[in-house]
Amino acid sequence: MIMEVLIASSTEEICELLEQDSSRQLLAGGTDFMVEVNYRHRSPSSVITIDQVPELQNWHHDGDSVVVGSCVTYREIERGPLATLVPALAQAARTVGSPQIRNAGTIGGNIGTASPAGDMIPVLSALGAVISLRSSEGKREVSLEDLIVGVKQTSLRRGEFIESVRVPVLDSPQEFLKVGSRSAMVISVTSLAFITYPKTRSVGIGLGAVNPIPTRAKEAEVFIADFLDWETMQVDPSGIDHFKDLVSAASSPIDDHRSVAAYRRKSIGILAQRALTRVFTEGVL
Amino acid sequence: MPNDEQPHLNVNGKRLTIEESWFGESLLFTLRERLGLYGSKNACEQGECGSCSIMLDETLVCACLVLTGSATGRDIKTIESLAPEGSLSTIQQAFIDTGAIQCGFCTPGLLITIKDFLDENTDPTELEIREAISGNLCRCTGYGRIVEAVRIASKTHDESQGAS
Repeated sequence: MIMEVLIASSTEEICELLEQDSSRQLLAGGTDFMVEVNYRHRSPSSVITIDQVPELQNWHHDGDSVVVGSCVTYREIERGPLATLVPALAQAARTVGSPQIRNAGTIGGNIGTASPAGDMIPVLSALGAVISLRSSEGKREVSLEDLIVGVKQTSLRRGEFIESVRVPVLDSPQEFLKVGSRSAMVISVTSLAFITYPKTRSVGIGLGAVNPIPTRAKEAEVFIADFLDWETMQVDPSGIDHFKDLVSAASSPIDDHRSVAAYRRKSIGILAQRALTRVFTEGVL
Repeated sequence: MPNDEQPHLNVNGKRLTIEESWFGESLLFTLRERLGLYGSKNACEQGECGSCSIMLDETLVCACLVLTGSATGRDIKTIESLAPEGSLSTIQQAFIDTGAIQCGFCTPGLLITIKDFLDENTDPTELEIREAISGNLCRCTGYGRIVEAVRIASKTHDESQGAS
């Protein structure tokens, strides 16, 4: 069967091509899609490549946020200005695959694939990212939690695509940690993002690869707030054990070929403790 | 059909005519099985091994993860372009000198990756070298001699102002 490949050069063109036929498959970096094509798991009759659309390849400041086009690559996120503006996102991007994969894979692709192990997911969740969706009908904005509704399932409507991702620029500590079998070329066993919000004296904790959908450890976030001193950036160690337990309790991991639920539940708590004590030194308040 | 409407790929500076029926294949398949460019190796077909590394618009990628139809009109450079016929690039020579080649299957992908790396980083640390080749699997050498080859090539690369 012949595959039709349409190379889009603008977002308007993507809208039009999807309006003509909403069953057309969108292709960004190809790092997930092409594996399925190579293994004959997927053979769409029509593909729209979107990774050469300039509006989607760029990012810009917007007030206290940055708006990152959906086809910005991990490579772009891990180095240059974005790495300083959104350090946890850059840390996560650095752990993706290899140079070859980071040159191709995109943030929008990571979101659209909606894998529980997607490395951008916990960071975007902890940052409260807002996703801009676009179609010939217009634009709408949704939270990551409203967009990713199940394992590899999104609430994207027919003819709709991910245009950009808005994240806040916070001049305060952020961490991303990941467990895997080696330090490159590995899909997360567990991962965790830890974001500090000094203005509201709160923290955001995003969990990766331990839940079917993007999940924040909300109870742990609220609990630990009472044990933090934002002036000295210290944490009262008496709160750490329960904090770990609350993070583990917010996970609902599974056994699979990469790991087992029990290890995931335990390690996500340890990642949370590590992130916490990297940002806040231990000391009795 | 006029020539400029015929789909084509720009490979190593040459314009190669392709068929529309190849659009749904991986670029790796098209390069090897349609165009006879066997230097890029096929192993995992999922971007894990790096054996099919090529340059696409001056960016290092795995050819197995590129859809042929999306590569039309873009600049493709394969291992065949690394050095003129009959000569060796400094990186190739360093691989020979250090014994960094055993079975040789991973070598083309590594050479492309290392050329791209040394073009940006002329004085790399061992950690940087190991990170740069983290997407290229070698099951023979244990990587020690490859790392040594990159270190040697980085010095000669400096002098020759370009590896190829």
